[in-house]
Amino acid sequence: MQALPSRLSLLRRRRAEERAVKAVLLLFAMVSTLTTLGIIYVLFQETALFFREVSFAQFFLDTRWTPLFLSQRFGIWPLVNGTVLVAALAMVVALPLGLLAAIFMSEFASEKVRRILKPFLEILAGIPTVVYGYFALTFITPLLRSIFPQTQVFNAASAAIAMGFMILPTVASLSEDALYAVPRSLREAAYALGATRWEVATQVVVPAALSGIAAAFILAVSRAVGETMIVAIAAGQQPKLTLNPLESIETMTAYIVQVSLGDTPHQSLAYMTIFAVGMMLFLMTLGMNVASYMLTQRYREVYE
Amino acid sequence: MDPIALEIRNLRVYYDDFLAIKDVNLSIPKNQITAIIGPSGVGKSTLLRAMNRMNELVPGCRTEGEIFFDGVNIYDPKVDPVEVRRRIGMVFQKPNPFPKSIYENVAWGLRINGFRGSRSQMDEMVEQALRAAALWDEVKDKLHQSGLSLSGGQQQRLCIARAVALQPEIILLDEPASALDPIATLKIEELMRELKKDYTLVIVTHNMQQAARVSDYTAMMMLTSQGERSGTVIEFDRTKTIFTNPRDKRTEDYVTGRFG
Repeated sequence: MQALPSRLSLLRRRRAEERAVKAVLLLFAMVSTLTTLGIIYVLFQETALFFREVSFAQFFLDTRWTPLFLSQRFGIWPLVNGTVLVAALAMVVALPLGLLAAIFMSEFASEKVRRILKPFLEILAGIPTVVYGYFALTFITPLLRSIFPQTQVFNAASAAIAMGFMILPTVASLSEDALYAVPRSLREAAYALGATRWEVATQVVVPAALSGIAAAFILAVSRAVGETMIVAIAAGQQPKLTLNPLESIETMTAYIVQVSLGDTPHQSLAYMTIFAVGMMLFLMTLGMNVASYMLTQRYREVYE
Repeated sequence: MDPIALEIRNLRVYYDDFLAIKDVNLSIPKNQITAIIGPSGVGKSTLLRAMNRMNELVPGCRTEGEIFFDGVNIYDPKVDPVEVRRRIGMVFQKPNPFPKSIYENVAWGLRINGFRGSRSQMDEMVEQALRAAALWDEVKDKLHQSGLSLSGGQQQRLCIARAVALQPEIILLDEPASALDPIATLKIEELMRELKKDYTLVIVTHNMQQAARVSDYTAMMMLTSQGERSGTVIEFDRTKTIFTNPRDKRTEDYVTGRFG
């Protein structure tokens, strides 16, 4: 009879403890969430200030971006064009190479080779992007100029190729995860029908892993879109509506770097443009990350 | 004795250094159902998978001995395992349809094996295979739905249809009903009896009643001796004989349920 009340108080104490632990953990979880929300809030606020001065029509319907000049124009498309051009070219490099590397590791390499290659690939993803930037400027650009003499010193192609190699490990590693997750029984089914290794890989395993591969692809695109250093170093500072990759362009990220590091006065309209550009960039990458997340969810459903 | 479809001589299969099955000699009769029975871990599936060279997809697996099929040793270095597997089909324990449509599940095997006919010829072959697997009536209105949308028993019959579509000479079935409910199991067994008119069937089963019900011949596998972990075929005969009048004491103990 005596043990009961003391046990009850023990229980109460334990509950209090658990609540405290929970509260502390929640606090830490909130820090990262709140930071993100704070950034989004500031972005929104500054963007709103910008759009008080500049109309949506000026932003979305003009085709020239010259906020730093005397005759200010605020058409966002040249910057979007630069970003998309570089990101698309980077994917042209990264997707086939990454996918083939993933197919090799998952379907052709022995377990031993795979165990060496995969960490290596993941380390490759850790090379600072500034290194890729100078690699583009000092190696790829001269190479391009020797093939296409009309290439400008700063150009989209060189940055895009370097960026392709930068995101290659992401594409390869994530695609490989998706391929490797395809059940063995599917491969066996295909082999038992007299399929060759290549047929099994390309016609059974890759389609079965397609949503995972698509998620990897989108994640890579969103990295390419948000990548700053390589384009700031190698792609130039000329916002231009062009599809010619050998010309100098400017991406959204490079523009933001240019303004934030330059001597543009902080309260000026020219300075506020970077928030509008940042917002545009944020919405683009957010959209892609959400798409990637949704695809990954779908692909999980298939096997569990 | 019936004509022989597959002649296995001195077969040994290793996984790295482990000798999984040892000195198997077996003649699989043509257009009959042969069951392979025996306790767990004795190498029944390994033996079955040796018959269409599926084992070599397992890293570290090595095969010695000969298996004659159509006068040729399928383990001859000149023989292409892809060709072997086309002519000796396989159905697995767990239904494993491709995440493609029902139609594509059947058509795919034909296509990778060089089928170049018209769309209507393909339709016809798909229908034929699905009919042979007793699935046609259930799926004819939803051929373009995913194969994964079917029930377990239907999925397994789809896998049989997929194998049958290539018109192989032999179909190997690795516990094809062990993941299915009794009614679906019965359907598969009925189907097997139907298929033996055109094909030679070899089935691995845990279920002795099933072996007794469907097979014409039975191969009994056991570990070679206490302490050793290698399995071999200790007795092979007509199923009736194996179940009523076996020569080997161990077979008798096993089929009467005294062991295993």
